[in-house]
Amino acid sequence: MKKNNSGLITRKSELSYKPNITRNLGNRLMTGLAGLFSAIAVLPLILVLGYVLIKGASKISIDLFTQLPPPPGLEGGGIGNAIIGTLVVTLIAALFAIPVGVGGGIYLAEYSRSDWFAQFIRFGTNVLAGVPSIIAGVFIYGTLVTTKLLFGNSYSAVAGGLALSILMIPTIIKTTDEGLKLVPDDLRRGALGVGASRFITITRITVPTAFTPIATGVVLAVARAAGETAPLIFTALFSSYWANLLSVDGLFSSIATLSVLIYNFSIMPLEVQNELAWAASFVLVALILSLNLFARWLGRFASR
Amino acid sequence: MSSPMDNRYRLRKRPQSEKLVDSGFKTLALSLASVVALILVAILIVVFQGGLPSMLRYGWEFLITSNWNPVDDEYGAGAAIYGTLVTSILSLFIAVPLGIGTAIFITENIIPEKLRNFIGLMVELLAAIPSVVLGLWAIFVMEPFIRPGLELLYNYFGWFPLFSSSPMGPGTLPAVLILVVMILPIITAITRDSLQQVPQQLTQAAYGIGTTRWGAIINVTLPAAISGIVGGVMLALGRAMGETMAVTMIIGNSNNFSFSLLAPGNTISAMLANQFGEADGSQVSSLMYAAFVLIIMTLAVNIFAQLLVKRLSLKY
Repeated sequence: MKKNNSGLITRKSELSYKPNITRNLGNRLMTGLAGLFSAIAVLPLILVLGYVLIKGASKISIDLFTQLPPPPGLEGGGIGNAIIGTLVVTLIAALFAIPVGVGGGIYLAEYSRSDWFAQFIRFGTNVLAGVPSIIAGVFIYGTLVTTKLLFGNSYSAVAGGLALSILMIPTIIKTTDEGLKLVPDDLRRGALGVGASRFITITRITVPTAFTPIATGVVLAVARAAGETAPLIFTALFSSYWANLLSVDGLFSSIATLSVLIYNFSIMPLEVQNELAWAASFVLVALILSLNLFARWLGRFASR
Repeated sequence: MSSPMDNRYRLRKRPQSEKLVDSGFKTLALSLASVVALILVAILIVVFQGGLPSMLRYGWEFLITSNWNPVDDEYGAGAAIYGTLVTSILSLFIAVPLGIGTAIFITENIIPEKLRNFIGLMVELLAAIPSVVLGLWAIFVMEPFIRPGLELLYNYFGWFPLFSSSPMGPGTLPAVLILVVMILPIITAITRDSLQQVPQQLTQAAYGIGTTRWGAIINVTLPAAISGIVGGVMLALGRAMGETMAVTMIIGNSNNFSFSLLAPGNTISAMLANQFGEADGSQVSSLMYAAFVLIIMTLAVNIFAQLLVKRLSLKY
């Protein structure tokens, strides 16, 4: 290293990259470490997906979708009632969460951007998003299940759906709020300027403009709700039979869901039930991952 | 000289019905927004009220004693609270370096963009895998796989209190590992977002005075993004504390207190998941008390996180 007294580099060759000095070695070491860490981070997904695919996909058959789970000790059977149940409970959750979430988001973004009430609701949304999912179950258990508030029924599909909707609302409010904030104010002023009312401006101009981010948030919230178990194990409980969806009673009695089925069947010391748990995992993971990829596609579709 | 054109540009008088729709819509949106606050307050009230009989009966002792005996009606959540803290903090210790390392790897220009996006997508999809599926995988695949390692740990470090019991399958350490898998995507995603928001000029200036890539990352990029990263880590801590299904399935659900990470343990959420279905009487009230403790813990972490993010945000 040739340096003059002031420490300045005097030769051109000293500007070239020297692979073996400490800092460059350290640099490569850290890069390697970061690469290793990302490999470790991706590994669980590959392993889990691989196992679910191998153990679950081999069980896929028509029976799986059309039959009831077998009683302990018997062979065969399927998870038909749990698939229907997951769809029903998630639908109920969406029916409650989407209006509240989108409406609340519209209020935050369109009516009160930064006054104390909006701040407070945004803070509340963040706090609610941090509440553990099982607490939503405890809450619904305390309000609806033990009190039998819903037509004298305790465990029910509706109770399960409501518990899930509590988990969906923060996501939907946040994405609606963020999506609407991205809509340029010029659009709003333009609409108001040609004489549209506030209601028309919001429903015809701003919300349609922000449709994709809102829809993405809704899809992600639905995907999350479909996979949730903790809030369901003591609100919707489980049922080994088909839900009677043609009568009101069916919605107000306990119902099977895929996630609870996986939980119940995984801890049973029975081969058949364990296999069904893997098959149910495959169906559930396929459902959730496709919803997630759909949401990503929606997002990309919008940015085009 | 009135032409049809003039009519079109005359100021429109807003009919009463339109005003009604407008104010009605605003009120509707306002009330829907208020639902969030309502739910939050209702959760606190319901769980507090449900736990009140137990709070009055056991007081603070509930938090430190750990006999959970429905037969004698004696309850104490000490073991579960200890388990909640230990599992979440330990998993954080493992997940934070992994998550931050991954985030750096996929934001700095180390690998081609396609590969970066792919790793990013994989980590995001990992976050979407339901907890119960991870639990199933943990029971049947992960736990049998790591058991020899845990046995080695017991054989060589059994004198150390944390490894002082023979692994029997489900236990605290496997639960910690599955928690790592669950909170890793949160830390990675939030760290990546905060790193991406650091202005390019900052790093370029660092390169300009001759630093290496990691010199820039450690001394410039990470400090500039620290508020977001810390926020993400706290958020992950809150998640880990409340995470239920995967933990319930692999932790062993033992209410006996043990320092050992290899022994079956318990967390508050696992206890709730296990017992609520068939609980009655003062057990329900004790579970509600435990749930209230869990809410307070996660709320404290979340609110602390929001304050910390505000305090730490750099103004550059």
